[in-house]
Amino acid sequence: MTPVLAIARRELRGYFVTPVAYVFMVIFLVLAGLLTFYTGDFYDRGLADLQPFFDMHPWLYLVLVPAVTMSTWAEERASGTLELLFSLPVTISQAVLGKFLAAWGFIGICLALTFPIWITVNYLGDPDNGVVLAGYVGSWLMAGAFIAIGTCMSTSTRSQIIAFILTAAVCFLLLLVGQPQVLDFFQDAVPPKLIGAMGQLSITRHANAIARGVLDLRDLVYFFATIVAWLAASVVMLDLKRTR
Amino acid sequence: MIETDRLTRCYGPLTAVDALSLRAEPGQVLGLLGPNGAGKSTAMRMIAGFLTPTSGTAWVCGHDVRKEPLAAKRALGYLPEGAPSYGEMTIREFLVFMVRVRGLERDVAFRRFDEVVMRLELDEVLDQTIGTLSKGLRRRVGLAQAILHDPPVLMLDEPTDGLDPNQKHSVRMLIDAMARERTILISTHLLEEVHALCNRVAIIANGRLLADATPAELEARSRYHGAVSFSAPGSGVSREMLARIPNVSMVEVDPLDGRVTVFPRAGQPILDDVQALLRTQNLEVSEIQLERGRLDEVFRQITTQRGGQA
Repeated sequence: MTPVLAIARRELRGYFVTPVAYVFMVIFLVLAGLLTFYTGDFYDRGLADLQPFFDMHPWLYLVLVPAVTMSTWAEERASGTLELLFSLPVTISQAVLGKFLAAWGFIGICLALTFPIWITVNYLGDPDNGVVLAGYVGSWLMAGAFIAIGTCMSTSTRSQIIAFILTAAVCFLLLLVGQPQVLDFFQDAVPPKLIGAMGQLSITRHANAIARGVLDLRDLVYFFATIVAWLAASVVMLDLKRTR
Repeated sequence: MIETDRLTRCYGPLTAVDALSLRAEPGQVLGLLGPNGAGKSTAMRMIAGFLTPTSGTAWVCGHDVRKEPLAAKRALGYLPEGAPSYGEMTIREFLVFMVRVRGLERDVAFRRFDEVVMRLELDEVLDQTIGTLSKGLRRRVGLAQAILHDPPVLMLDEPTDGLDPNQKHSVRMLIDAMARERTILISTHLLEEVHALCNRVAIIANGRLLADATPAELEARSRYHGAVSFSAPGSGVSREMLARIPNVSMVEVDPLDGRVTVFPRAGQPILDDVQALLRTQNLEVSEIQLERGRLDEVFRQITTQRGGQA
């Protein structure tokens, strides 16, 4: 087994050793359901699709992903096991990737467990299941971007709480920057091209496309690029901490 | 083999390890001896690849830790200070994880797993969660992890720290048994450990190498080396007569228990002369001892005087 898989497996198992993972899952599922039905006007829209469900995902991830990622590196540093891990024949990239995959897999499991809502919409109407699947894939990719950000923040500190707050703050900023109100606010001060770029940087815009079930190549590239960039930053961060 | 070449590590203005050059060959147990904060752990962390040296480098089995870190790490078994491990895992899960990360072949892995579990007597506690274990057991788990892949080089940071005398003894037996064909570097601040384990000692203080010698050579630097001490209760031993023996430089009497210590002039044997004198004077001597030298005294002398100048 490659070191990446060994690390990913250990981490994923680690989530389920404590009740925290189960508590987290329950909260995720309850919130996903509640937000969809109450805030998302699931019934009143009269449409057989899952757009209200996926619309809520960025906000769900904003709170829940930092809770998953905060411990990944911060705890390793605080408990001294980082020294053990880095004395093994494993590159920093492999370790970062392994831990990322574990967290991503965990969110994937949570996402898969929302299947009753998919059954519901199929029972009530006749949705385009291709669009629903695209929505799930897109949502999972978005979660990956959040996790990569969380990973990077977790490498920068030994305190899990600081890692949580930093992650939530950065993710919130990335969500906020694409909101029409924010873009309008900058309208007069910033050239239109830059406004466009700001919009493109935002998770919101790409998430909206995903919620509609449109898997545009540009959105895929955006999320993959975000994941790679933040993971690369994590590797650099961990390497820097070895020299300081 | 472990070799370091002017290995240096700075934390801001503080130099934790200062141009440390060491070499340990297979079959050697090299003890890094120094007061707390001398830079022992920092040096080991650099050799293990956890910290990047500020300058200089180290080789493990000929692999430069900066240029070929993975090859160096494969050849190394390392017990970090305090034996950190994943508290939420059982010993079995932890060791299996180590096997997987190190990518051991399946049949080799089974054999090594069984051997390590037997050597460290972990079979009865294999399914206990590491977080619930005693300090001694946790140390044994750390050692198990370090020797799991049968590495040619072992580096143990304070392997017996915090263990009770029985556990210390069994860990030392283990290290001793592994020492024959391996290179072992241990750090310690316990002088008894040096006697029990090491065939070479490197004394460091303030990050600098102050002495690199065998324990016997270090003992020979002690003013007690070759001194003769005895207890002669109930008889007034004449200090003057002892001092008149040709090669004797000084005579001391312990004010508490009356034990007499006779110091030789540098390198001169005096035991026979002292014994002859005691016989001719018909003095009752309950116990007579030829001192090998006192490591603690040498250690103090080296680390305080020269370290103080630095």
